Amino acid sequence: MESPALHHSPLETVHLAHGARLVPFAGWMMPVQYSGITDEHLAVRHHAGVFDISHMGEFFVSGPGAMTWLNTLLTNDISLLKTGDGQYTLMLNERGGVIDDLIVYRTEPEQFLLVVNASKIEENAAWMTAHLPADGSVVFEDQSRMWAALAVQGPAAPALLGHLPPRNGVKTGGSVIICRTGYTGEDGFELLAPAEAGSAWFERFVQAGAKPCGLGARDTLRLEMCYPLNGNDLSPDRTPLEASLAPFVAMNKGHFIGRDILATQKADGTHDRLVAIRLVEKGPPLRSHYAVFADGQPVGTLSSGGISPSLGFSIGLAFLPATHTAVGTKLEIDVRGRHHAAVVVKKPFYHKPA
Amino acid sequence: MTFPDTLRYTSSHEWVRLDGDLATVGITDHAQSELGDVVYLDLPAVGRTATAGEALAVIESVKAASDIYAPVAGEVMASNAAAAATTSLVNTDPYGDGWLFKIKVSDPAAVSALLDVAAYKSLVGQ
Repeated sequence: MESPALHHSPLETVHLAHGARLVPFAGWMMPVQYSGITDEHLAVRHHAGVFDISHMGEFFVSGPGAMTWLNTLLTNDISLLKTGDGQYTLMLNERGGVIDDLIVYRTEPEQFLLVVNASKIEENAAWMTAHLPADGSVVFEDQSRMWAALAVQGPAAPALLGHLPPRNGVKTGGSVIICRTGYTGEDGFELLAPAEAGSAWFERFVQAGAKPCGLGARDTLRLEMCYPLNGNDLSPDRTPLEASLAPFVAMNKGHFIGRDILATQKADGTHDRLVAIRLVEKGPPLRSHYAVFADGQPVGTLSSGGISPSLGFSIGLAFLPATHTAVGTKLEIDVRGRHHAAVVVKKPFYHKPA
Repeated sequence: MTFPDTLRYTSSHEWVRLDGDLATVGITDHAQSELGDVVYLDLPAVGRTATAGEALAVIESVKAASDIYAPVAGEVMASNAAAAATTSLVNTDPYGDGWLFKIKVSDPAAVSALLDVAAYKSLVGQ
């Protein structure tokens, strides 16, 4: 039964009115689905969907030292961001393992917004606070509970708001912050609004034609794009190079926490890599923790899996030894004791129709 | 949500329809609604024998895999290949074309010992 420690989204009443099924996720009661995961998934691919992502965390980092300091905590090069730009990046521990993946936006010349995973808000905040410079040049503020957040995604999504920032960009307007980002592979935006205003924004997008979508569809959409999910495909014991996220690691920007182990891995090149795998035939959905075999020998386990609603076949991600990561590598996946033929494929699984 | 009063039910959300000694088994409307979109069925081979309560099939929704249990002991006489091919039948017609398997029951009286519709409705709060 529900633990009293669970947080409730400021949009919960609206979710129930739209027929949501709420489940505990990352310490929150959140909608897993409304009309059905497949239906919601396809609505985002073909039209537009709106997700409540109020569980996610919002940190503001400001001050004259903010940029330099963040660059020592994050893997991507934040100095490349002009005001109004955003970038995907990772925060690592001293061993090069992933604490969290996040998007950082430069909202003002000396102010940055970080949108982080719900399950990592406390850990991220503790890590960042512990690393703050002593000279007072950086102010860190966790505003996670003050903001409602919606993701409006799909080819029809941009028209539901208008006046959007360019891709990956951020724009503030009145009391809201609009980010041209998402976790689905579709165009669209994420809107941050004061918590008490979230429900009205959600209803506005539903009235305009966006289908209410839950975390179930959010997961199938991101998996088709091979976007990693922290806790599944990212962990404190895996580096971003192992997670095949090298494009988001700026090795040439100078020191950042975790860089040393990455430099060693990069020079060596023999580390595991996160690869995309599909079943060759129609079969059961893949699930995280299923064992992966090559020539009858175990070579790894799946970190994520499912059946692709867009493509109709079974898909998953797994960390495999460098010897088994080439596209076309033949594998088998153990599902309840039966081995199903599988193959390493190019990322992402899903490509938008031309 | 519908629960036909001609069927028997289990606390693990299977329904049973007995014709002579042949029991047709599926999952209830409540179960399909809780599972969400069914995307895969792993159905038992014809000829397999099962004891009551033995896991005989696996039903997979987008989010999870769930075991389906033999409500009574017997031998599997048929599996629903049409539902395995078009798994949405389990969602759209759980008591009809979405049936899962048929068992030749060892003891037809065991079926009448299962939950009746009133007891099952009470179990699921209907």
